[in-house]
Amino acid sequence: MAEELRRTGLYDLHVEQGARMVPFAGWDMPVQYPAGVMAEHLHTRAQAGLFDVSHMGQVLVVPSDGVLSSAALALESLIPADLLGLAPGRQRYGLFTDPKGGILDDLMFANRGDHFLLVVNAACADQDIAHLRSLEGVEVLPVTDRGLVALQGPEAAPVLAALIPEAADMRFMDSRSLDWRGQKMWISRSGYTGEDGFEISVPEAVLVDFATALLADDRVAPIGLGARDSLRLEAGMPLYGHDMDRGVTPAAAALGWSIPRLRRHGGARAGGFPGAQTILDELAGGASATRRGLRPEGRAPIREGVPIFPSADAAEPIGRITSGGFGPSVGGPVAMARIPAGIPDGDTVFAELRGKRLPVTVAPLPFITPSYKR
Amino acid sequence: MLKYTEDHEWMRAEGDEIVVGITSHASEQLGDVVFIELPEEGREVAAGDEIVVIESVKAASDITAPVAGVISAVNADLADNPGAVNEDPMAAWFFRIRPAQPDAIEGFLDEDAYTALIG
Repeated sequence: MAEELRRTGLYDLHVEQGARMVPFAGWDMPVQYPAGVMAEHLHTRAQAGLFDVSHMGQVLVVPSDGVLSSAALALESLIPADLLGLAPGRQRYGLFTDPKGGILDDLMFANRGDHFLLVVNAACADQDIAHLRSLEGVEVLPVTDRGLVALQGPEAAPVLAALIPEAADMRFMDSRSLDWRGQKMWISRSGYTGEDGFEISVPEAVLVDFATALLADDRVAPIGLGARDSLRLEAGMPLYGHDMDRGVTPAAAALGWSIPRLRRHGGARAGGFPGAQTILDELAGGASATRRGLRPEGRAPIREGVPIFPSADAAEPIGRITSGGFGPSVGGPVAMARIPAGIPDGDTVFAELRGKRLPVTVAPLPFITPSYKR
Repeated sequence: MLKYTEDHEWMRAEGDEIVVGITSHASEQLGDVVFIELPEEGREVAAGDEIVVIESVKAASDITAPVAGVISAVNADLADNPGAVNEDPMAAWFFRIRPAQPDAIEGFLDEDAYTALIG
């Protein structure tokens, strides 16, 4: 029998808003509201969308000796990133890697002065927490008394500033703790849509009130997981379990940018994370296949799993779609696939859909121009 | 005469043809329709043949021929404006079929039976 689905603190609000709820990574989550995926997507790009991402794992990593650099170095043994050099009040994107060079999960980590705050994928949270608990010299504290919402879109900053004026001063990837109604809101200026916006960790005690206050602003609409997926796809952002997993290296996932020079061969803190040799050799030499953008020439969406061929009559596929669908802002289908490196942008390859080979153009990512406040 | 299939198609008899579309229940379930592939006019089809591909923002679905016959016309406007299916599903017909059996539409669900089905 299926395990009972978990509900976020905003479940009743979603139902009240007319959401269609679906199971997602063990949680009962809104996939769309009555406006529908297309309208929700376009609203987010035009004004502001509110997303419930409380299913994601929030984890504090606290140094046992009280010295943050100990926690930074401990985390660097799992994550090929520069945690030691991350300034207080700043956040970065990183990967948990596995000994074979694959990706265990992707995450955001923020320096909150005396500890790190990590945000990980819902489906990987238990595994990530166990993985973190293998570290010595740190306490790993899953956050269980907070929800997480994202406010995304060109109006996100003025909307949030109306409730929390100091939020307007934050830059892209800043992470701050700001008060709202006497409660600490952990806010980062980041998101998963390609738009300016914020991700806000909210104490459960005021979660519904906070979401309701945001939704009371005419510029804000509730957005479900359907539009979250089409927004991130247009923004060229990979989704764990689809565009990458244990079998995909950082270079193959086109996420080598998250691994700074000082963790690579010849760097000051080179290696020292799971799979380092494989991952760094590949970054130095180049991956044989990498995640790329694809623009189907027709109107038919080309979805995950569809094989890609180098020509209309080639016998062997060169890759498969890892994420694909309709891009409402692009106004046509968009997709990502891992295909051999060396195929230039602008080249035509072929997707086999319902027995037909359809031309698709290899395209740079993202498909839209992001508007982060740097 | 309006009839329905258990696959959420509506069928309307017009002369010796049957006009086929999908119900508003189906269009709501599908979500925003972004692509429709229609059969060729003149194609001879068997009941249950998958002859229309309909893609929404969420997923691809097939629409089957409710009865055997020959496709006598398709609504080519839908290819350019697939969203019409969401706006007015009863007006956004997909194809007309000239059934092999003149009374082919008889055995399908009437409005009350269909309403009960989607309950």
